[in-house]
Amino acid sequence: MTGKNRSVAGTPATSRTAIPPGTRDVLPEEMRELRAIGGRMRAAFEDAGYGEVHTPALEYEEVLLRGDERAAGARYRSFDEQGAVLALRSDMTIPIARVVATRYAGVDPPLRFSYLAHAWRATDRGVGEPREFLQAGIELIGVPGAEGEAEVVALTVEALNAAGLKRHRVGVGDGQLYRSLLSSFGVSAEAHMPLLETLSRRDLVGLEAQVSQLGLDDAKRELLVRLPELRGGRDVLDRAEELPGGGAAGAALEGLRGLHDLLSQRAVADRVIYDLGMVRELGYYTGAVFEVYDPAVGFTLGGGGRYDELIGRFGRDLAACGLALDVQRVHLAQAAEEALGAEEPA
Amino acid sequence: MSDRLTIAVPRGALFAGTLDLLDTLGIDTAEVRSNDRRLLFADVGIVTMRPSDVPTYVEHGSADVGITGKDVLLEQSHRRVYELLDLGYGQCEMVVAAPGRGDPIGDALRRLGRVRIATKYPRVAAEHFAATGRQAEIVEVKGSVELAPLTGLVDGIVDLTATGKTLAENNLRVVETISACTARLIANPVAHKLRAGEIDAIVEKVRG
Repeated sequence: MTGKNRSVAGTPATSRTAIPPGTRDVLPEEMRELRAIGGRMRAAFEDAGYGEVHTPALEYEEVLLRGDERAAGARYRSFDEQGAVLALRSDMTIPIARVVATRYAGVDPPLRFSYLAHAWRATDRGVGEPREFLQAGIELIGVPGAEGEAEVVALTVEALNAAGLKRHRVGVGDGQLYRSLLSSFGVSAEAHMPLLETLSRRDLVGLEAQVSQLGLDDAKRELLVRLPELRGGRDVLDRAEELPGGGAAGAALEGLRGLHDLLSQRAVADRVIYDLGMVRELGYYTGAVFEVYDPAVGFTLGGGGRYDELIGRFGRDLAACGLALDVQRVHLAQAAEEALGAEEPA
Repeated sequence: MSDRLTIAVPRGALFAGTLDLLDTLGIDTAEVRSNDRRLLFADVGIVTMRPSDVPTYVEHGSADVGITGKDVLLEQSHRRVYELLDLGYGQCEMVVAAPGRGDPIGDALRRLGRVRIATKYPRVAAEHFAATGRQAEIVEVKGSVELAPLTGLVDGIVDLTATGKTLAENNLRVVETISACTARLIANPVAHKLRAGEIDAIVEKVRG
């Protein structure tokens, strides 16, 4: 026997041996690879000054709800012996916001934290969708604006380099852009949600139909339909400004240009795709939003953004931004990269 | 693994219209047209499949973009794919149809408190009846839905119809229209970012 263990196809799982949908067992060969990848990302975070933290898997639901009105989607609940509602955390961002406001109450920012931890999310989608996943992520607290965002994006690129990826890209958008355009065009607040929901699914056909029912003039309608189609290098920021009515997006575009300059200084600007239609689903983002892509994987590897109000809800008013990567998806991309390298030796 | 953009092409009712569209995009479809059984045409970046599989391949990134009917997208609304364009062809309607001249659906609801509906689109049907405040028992069938009410299996059906001919031949008539459906261009979310140039070139060419 070598170190390679092999699972044996044995008795089929019955209700007495099954595991919940969306969860999985990890056997030694995969575990070794996951550990290696996680370890390399963790080292990249530590080297950049992001100390690793760990928090309880179970939190009081009330605490998660304080961070996000939907508790960031934490849906696995239980009761403790006093009858308090406990919930499995659905991300590490809310628990770390709690830690910053309580355990670091007297410490001057900036604060930098990393984690390699599981989170749980229920899903209405098919049985194949994971409900328990391992995240590697960072949170940068007390560095506002583009300065903080550039640091987070650059470190993400670096951590994925360390994990063995070569072709990854970080998508950067402004999570408030579309919302603020709608407000400035006088679109009623009730009409925002259905539009943003359609946009977050990138149902561009549906979006165009919904926008044309708002009764806006041609230039505004055109902008709301065309802007979400723009994604690419820095030139899309200029192209957005050139759209009819594009001036309305001026402030957000200026912010992204500023971020671009900082990313250039950190030599990662060519790894970034600006995406003017990006809206992340989580409710606590207040500005820049991020997504991570690799051509080998059809799904995003992770995401994040700026959340300047979250920590304030726990009692310390601090700007912050962060990003989380799904380690298993990073593993998929790394395995594909490895296979590609074997195919065409340099 | 080719560097070409991979397009998922639906066989069936949308096949001819889709190949015509690909021709206008400058993609050589001659081989696809002359080859009924092959599924993968790597040199032109085309994979052919049944329409309901298109969102699956596109969601997972095995195809970068794809073409399928809005009916399929409505039924598979949980798939994470981007809907980029209404291609205009393949027009048809998702309808509720019932047999005979009376009102079997209304009768069933009034007397039995629920209606039985056969369909290949269980989610669309369930959502439509729920949204209109009626209790429905959805019976999923795989083959010809028109048979189900004729044999007394159900009171009515939810199905896609282009001309209404098959419905009429089976003594069924449209009692409600749920939505109009056409062919749509969809994209994988990651490809939509990483291959933005190539995808936009297609979108612009189709828009003309």
